[in-house]
Amino acid sequence: MLGRIFSTDHKVIGKQYYFLSLFSVMIGLVLSVFMRFHLIYPDKKVKLFELLWPTGAAGGIMTPELYLSIMTMHGTLMVFFVLTTVPQGGFGNFFLPIQIGAADMAFPRLNMLSFWTTLLALLVLLGAFFVPGGAPLGGWTAYPPLSAVGQIAGPGQGDGMDMWILSIALFSIASLLTSINFIATVMELRAPGMTLDRMPLTVWGWFTTAIISLLAFAVLLAAGLLLLFDRWGGTSFFLPAGLVINDRILRNSGGSPVLWQHLFWFFGHPEVYIAILPGMGLISTILSVNSRRPVFGYKAMVGAMLVIAFLGFVVWGHHMFISGMSPYSSIAFSVLTMTVGVPSAIKTFNWLGTLWGGKLRLNVAMLFALGFVSVFVAGGITGIFLGQPAMDLYLHDTYFVVGHFHLIMGVAAVFAMFAGTYYWFPKMFGRMLNETLGKIHFYITFVGVYGIFVPMHVAGLAGNPRRYPDFKEFEFLSDLTRLHTFISHTSFTVAAVQLLFLFNLLWSLWRGARASQNPWDSTTLEWSVPSPPPHDNFGGEPVAVAHGPYEYSVPGSDADFVMQAAPAKEPSA
Amino acid sequence: MLLSILIWVLAIITAGVFLAREWFPPAINEHARAFDSQFHLTLLLTGGIFLLAQAALGFVILRARRRARAEYSHGNNRLEVIWTAATAALFLGAVFLSTRIFTQVHLGAAAPNALRVECLAKQFSWSFRYPGPDGKYAKLDVRQINDATGNPFGQDERDPAGKDDIVTAALRVPAGRPVELILRGRDVIHNFFVRELRLKQDVVPGMLIPLRFQADVPGTYEVACSELCGLGHHLMRTVLIVMPPDEFAAWERDALAQLQQAQGQ
Repeated sequence: MLGRIFSTDHKVIGKQYYFLSLFSVMIGLVLSVFMRFHLIYPDKKVKLFELLWPTGAAGGIMTPELYLSIMTMHGTLMVFFVLTTVPQGGFGNFFLPIQIGAADMAFPRLNMLSFWTTLLALLVLLGAFFVPGGAPLGGWTAYPPLSAVGQIAGPGQGDGMDMWILSIALFSIASLLTSINFIATVMELRAPGMTLDRMPLTVWGWFTTAIISLLAFAVLLAAGLLLLFDRWGGTSFFLPAGLVINDRILRNSGGSPVLWQHLFWFFGHPEVYIAILPGMGLISTILSVNSRRPVFGYKAMVGAMLVIAFLGFVVWGHHMFISGMSPYSSIAFSVLTMTVGVPSAIKTFNWLGTLWGGKLRLNVAMLFALGFVSVFVAGGITGIFLGQPAMDLYLHDTYFVVGHFHLIMGVAAVFAMFAGTYYWFPKMFGRMLNETLGKIHFYITFVGVYGIFVPMHVAGLAGNPRRYPDFKEFEFLSDLTRLHTFISHTSFTVAAVQLLFLFNLLWSLWRGARASQNPWDSTTLEWSVPSPPPHDNFGGEPVAVAHGPYEYSVPGSDADFVMQAAPAKEPSA
Repeated sequence: MLLSILIWVLAIITAGVFLAREWFPPAINEHARAFDSQFHLTLLLTGGIFLLAQAALGFVILRARRRARAEYSHGNNRLEVIWTAATAALFLGAVFLSTRIFTQVHLGAAAPNALRVECLAKQFSWSFRYPGPDGKYAKLDVRQINDATGNPFGQDERDPAGKDDIVTAALRVPAGRPVELILRGRDVIHNFFVRELRLKQDVVPGMLIPLRFQADVPGTYEVACSELCGLGHHLMRTVLIVMPPDEFAAWERDALAQLQQAQGQ
């Protein structure tokens, strides 16, 4: 039993990551429902709030500091423990070794250490709810001085903030270990014949993501430690002279709050691509499998990923156009930002190119993949506004931004996770998910996310600032009450429908129809081993790869697909 | 079939929500009008791409459902080059067009006749100070900061330059005259945002950040803090009062007179 929990098998670790994220996403989602409820009924007494937070919601009414701490925890849970964890730690761990024909990761014990460190990070983060003062209220971006001066800046900024930093530092360490492991595995353990141009795009996604993680999390870890020094070591990395907080004069001098923003967003922007690149690889695969057609422009897809990975590191300043940074920097960052939009557009065109001339199978995985393309365009296109410093003069920190990043980073990445779940569940657990429940889940969620996040954009156009616990103080915000009511009610519906997914998942684990080895007629290596695969994946048999990853509808072949592991054709005389 | 129609309907509704009404408040100066036209240009560009992409997605789904067998093809290099070049031109074009709007706010010196005002943001209120007829502010001393006695800046009581400094909670400016607002913070980061000016700027402790604008239309406009600053962030409100020039002059005279009276006592 202990051996199964403390396992070094990449498949067990992959599932552990997946369930860790499932737990995190449920908490994150419930927190968002609490927020959406409070925003439209700020004065309603809720027993549940009082039960959960006897001091923060005494009498059932949420205090502003409780709202902000819930918001901070929602963002942190979702960004780190869901968006970063499922695509890479979950699916990546389970499928990367199998897809390249390896028996395990390059460093199985390191892999196990990564998972347990991530779990510890999650527990430390959740612990912030239970320390005096509660969870931090400074948002997932943790800008100093608010995050650097302790409890005098707000109740959660004491112990809660320390827990947050510790959690993020642990998470960074775990991510660094994972990325080293992924890079080594791809470089060293590919089966004979698995050349770079035969790697599935999923593998390219995990590989580029690992490189980004290695560079980005190192900086976040360093920034977190500097912040701890400022809080406990008397240093002034992020604190200038002359601070008077809560009537107390601070003795710091020489630091800059803007420095944190540079370090944080040097991590924070690549983080967006950490969340979405594995999804892009997966969506390319699912679109190809279910239109029975090779991925259109495979090399352009790989090139676009590499360009995104590189450019992702030189656009962080677009989060800081109004930070007081030099206007010349803003202009340089805006040009680079527009450039990073180009490879994203290339990917979209190639997805359409893959579908064009295909023969579609609309299973649930495919529905989510098509939904992904739709929301990816919807969420990405508004980046053309936000990438212009002039537009940011108004739109920065409004609900326009909230709508934008929820669509592109949240919903698109989550749709890729859903697509991945419906596609890979048979391989992971040996059983099929229920397709009818899945279709209901998809259609309501798809319409719902448009219903939630499109209205947020126009609230932003009306100037609605984000991170406000209620909208009572400002006259211009009272015009938007109906809009927010609509958003909240739609979000309740979408949240409720996720229970259907949860039920489908749990029910199918034990009661789902048995899955065959290759239910989707796919070509990549995981489909040439049993569902679920045995401990060492290929039963010790040597694996040889003779074909590209997307050989569908090949003229002259009997089936409409050629497995990557199928023997090479004899050269005809 | 269902999915294609759904995608099209959602795309049209999305466009409809954006166009349902003028979501922006009225523009009150040249910069705000330039902002609006750049916004509408970008909306036209992105809205067009958005609708075309969603239309194409719905269309390929419809088309590919009806096929007997998929076509075998690995792509088309010429197409890749064409759509890469086209998007690069469109995206970069958008940013080059709007650069001037940004630089006019942030580069260059203030007009010589500009009204100079300092803004102080702190948890969770705004204060403003005018240098008065001598054009000089009092020196600041953190130990003399006292919000209760109306000295949020910490003006040095002994500095004669401060005798005519007017400190207020709302920002009053004359219509049609350039303003140079110097943003000053003393605790955490805040953000000065006036919708009608289409302007937003962080207030960063340790930095003095100039914000230049001119408001042409008299009226009262809400100032909302737009950088998370703590538990009172959503309450951090003041107003920008744009006054006809003669009314502004009268207000300044009254304020100075009251100041002298208070000091005389």
